[in-house]
Amino acid sequence: MGLLTRFIFQAVPTLIGAVTILFLLLRMIPGDPAQAMLGADATAVDLARMRHELGLDQPIWVQYGLYLRDFLTGNWGNSIVSKTPALDRVLEALPDTLMLCGMAIVIIIGISLPAGVLSAVRRDSWVDYGVSVAVFLLMSMPQFWLGLLLLLVLSYWLDWFPIFGTGDAGDPLSILHHLVLPALTLAAGFLGLVTRLTRSSMLEVLGREYVRTARAKGLREGVVIVKHALRNALLPVVTVIGLTMGQLLGGAVIVEVVFARAGVGTMIWDAILQRDYPQVQAAVAVFAALFITTNFLTDLLYGLLNPRIKI
Amino acid sequence: MVFSRILKSPKALTGLVLVGSMVLLALFAPWIAPYDPLAIDPVASNQAPSAEYWLGTDFFGRDVLSRMIWGARPSLLIGFASVFIGCVIGSLIGVTAGYFRGWVDAVLMRPVDVLLSFPIVVLALAMVAALGPSLINLILTISLLFVPRFARVVRGEAMALRELDYVEAARACGQRPFTIILRHVLPNATAQIIVTCTVFMANAILVEAGLSFLGVGVTPPEPSWGNMLADGRNNILGAPWLTTFPGLMLTLTLVGFNLLGDALRDILDPRLRGLHN
Repeated sequence: MGLLTRFIFQAVPTLIGAVTILFLLLRMIPGDPAQAMLGADATAVDLARMRHELGLDQPIWVQYGLYLRDFLTGNWGNSIVSKTPALDRVLEALPDTLMLCGMAIVIIIGISLPAGVLSAVRRDSWVDYGVSVAVFLLMSMPQFWLGLLLLLVLSYWLDWFPIFGTGDAGDPLSILHHLVLPALTLAAGFLGLVTRLTRSSMLEVLGREYVRTARAKGLREGVVIVKHALRNALLPVVTVIGLTMGQLLGGAVIVEVVFARAGVGTMIWDAILQRDYPQVQAAVAVFAALFITTNFLTDLLYGLLNPRIKI
Repeated sequence: MVFSRILKSPKALTGLVLVGSMVLLALFAPWIAPYDPLAIDPVASNQAPSAEYWLGTDFFGRDVLSRMIWGARPSLLIGFASVFIGCVIGSLIGVTAGYFRGWVDAVLMRPVDVLLSFPIVVLALAMVAALGPSLINLILTISLLFVPRFARVVRGEAMALRELDYVEAARACGQRPFTIILRHVLPNATAQIIVTCTVFMANAILVEAGLSFLGVGVTPPEPSWGNMLADGRNNILGAPWLTTFPGLMLTLTLVGFNLLGDALRDILDPRLRGLHN
């Protein structure tokens, strides 16, 4: 099947399902959705118009149809607070969030792969135990607590990192400086998963015949480990890193709030506290779309890397 | 047999002790906590840990230790309740889908996949935003997050089990599908379900704490570890104890459930033994 066909038959129905859930959630808000969309200070005329616009005077399936149509045509409504199109605001905030997630991925790969390989190669040594304990603690530490501790020690007490914000636009160093702690915090929760998987995948591969052959040929140990073992062990790891990318978006909400960074996460949070439902909806829908797309691409990549699996 | 192996595993024992202590704290909070967790004392605002207040006080002069002990209640209650509901509904969906396959599988798993297409915190936020924060709504929201996750795990088990000889034999004897599912498939998936429950307990508690931290979970003044951390964030430099201790409790609880889950996986699931040691 062609790429596009697969996307249309797998990812699009899921996305429509996700939008359906958002539709149902909006209907679950206690009271009048029009009131909820417009806020408490809406006039009776506005309310009546909004009810008509939302199709609340129509049967539920017509409402659902209208909702889907608006969604597909990019007509996602205005934010109650800023009165500007909700989707535009999300797209404006998105680069900051993607940068945070991207940096977290770099950290995960940079720490987890070497740590996983090292613990597999030095199995049952103190390095292995040290890595597994560290990784276990990081996995069990709530991101918002770890973030607050890093802020307290490294930013407030030692003054090594800035306390909040995303840095001066146009100054890459300042942006990077502001990115370090949030990205570390975001990465921390996923380091465990990737390190453990790299380790167990390496252990499996290291026992294989071709690794023994490579050693028997007299290749240097480093070459055996990197070229023969790691390359084959990476397959499941790549998949998990791909799936992690989607999960990072969820983590970004909390991390952005802890570090008071601009982004889609803080936008969702603010919008929820201000009952700005169109904005919540737009941001959640964009997150769901990104999540579905990264998972879809991960599937594809898995197929490409593993010729044994036919896609 | 399983119990003796649990007692011999240092990992499982540590996990049990941690989880057990949290459960005891939650159950006996009124007798253990030295102060009323809601009692406001303006004179004792933001005091550092001392002989009088072991872990200090918050802005309203409330005792941090007592609030932390009481805070174990919502976390564990919401964790247990939502994992229980998620497990029952999710397992039923998963086992039915995995056993029957075909169109039953397709119909049941579509909504499951859709629910899995949201990052966990984001869906939780959207749901709580729609429903409004209350204990029941929190439990409903977090259960719904775990229904699809349980369904996936149990479906996989059921798909493997349905091919086994004894299930085949039961089918050949003319037993009805639901009898086979209840008698032969589900009981054999129990090990996997128990391990999953333990690990998901940690996740559920983490989600509750996250929501409370974001101000849409357990509503103040009722203490929970998450909303205590949110308070701590507002005065992190002046009163770092507000941030440190509740987070430590939360982490210890999560470590406990994760250790227990890891150990149970090693003990109950021989296929995975040696992979994650």
